[in-house]
Amino acid sequence: MTLALSGKDIAKQIEKKFPGCVAESAAESLLVEAQSLLEVAAYLKNTPGLDFDYLTAVSGVDYLECFEVIYQLTSLEHNHSLVLKARCYNRENPTLPSVVGLWRTADFQEREIYDLFGISFTGHPNLKRIFLWEGFEGHPLRKDFL
Amino acid sequence: MEIEEVYSSRELDKVEGKAINELIARSQEPIPDPDRWLDEDIKRNVLVTSVDAIINWGRRTSMWPAVSFPACCAFEFIATAASRFDISRFGMEIIRASPRQADLMITAGTLTWKMAPQIKRIYDQMAEPKWVIAMGACAISGGIFASSYSVVPGYNRIIPVDVYVPGCPPRPEALIYGIRMLHQKVSRESIIAEGK
Repeated sequence: MTLALSGKDIAKQIEKKFPGCVAESAAESLLVEAQSLLEVAAYLKNTPGLDFDYLTAVSGVDYLECFEVIYQLTSLEHNHSLVLKARCYNRENPTLPSVVGLWRTADFQEREIYDLFGISFTGHPNLKRIFLWEGFEGHPLRKDFL
Repeated sequence: MEIEEVYSSRELDKVEGKAINELIARSQEPIPDPDRWLDEDIKRNVLVTSVDAIINWGRRTSMWPAVSFPACCAFEFIATAASRFDISRFGMEIIRASPRQADLMITAGTLTWKMAPQIKRIYDQMAEPKWVIAMGACAISGGIFASSYSVVPGYNRIIPVDVYVPGCPPRPEALIYGIRMLHQKVSRESIIAEGK
């Protein structure tokens, strides 16, 4: 059984390295500031003892006041997992850094989130719609989409 | 004791010779073989019908479906094609992977706008004459997805539909009933009317 690491423990660890990067931490998840997402993700992947070498899934949520993107991280080496989250509050032009450079899994999944929520992932090599067609108006999984 | 005459009289020999000569004289030509059975065979094997009737009979008794099953109604179609319901009774058991060899498109399932160009292309590749059965609620109107942004509200938006089979999904009996309705429709077609 994969051990789910506590977000609070990881938060203490990375807060020393990157002060002010943690927005919220709970037992089951870790919410980081959008601008420090990429360096935290790289730290989680490359630090010995953490070694989150596998991105299980990326998913998006629309909370109306913000968009949240959730990264399910797993370490195949240590058989433990962590839920990493980031938020963007700009509804007109939501932007987050892309993690494709760290985990290739994110390629199609970030395209799907871009397709259905309209969140732009800066640094994505091929950010275009994946399910819907070019020229489709709007992003259907947004709460205000009708 | 008087001994019986062993040999016949000359009179008898003369009668016999006369009979034989008469038979030879009557048998100069061979007797014709009996040929009444030929007439009977023509009666058995030559039918008189109209061109329309024979063409429509051929068309409706060997309708080959094209493979175009985007969603779950396909399972009911598979049940229809398999041994319990057995559409080979209607000459339909050959499900053609090539639309060029198919006459009938059974649209078994929800169609999204992203998939719609491919279905239109399969339909366009089928050779005339061709027919379409819209199978199930999604094929008729989009079903429960009718108001969705991604679902085509009915196949008749992109291709002409001959028979609608309602149900979600329709049971094989319903699909077979639809096929029989299509047979009736085909049997009323005429080669003269096709020109218009």
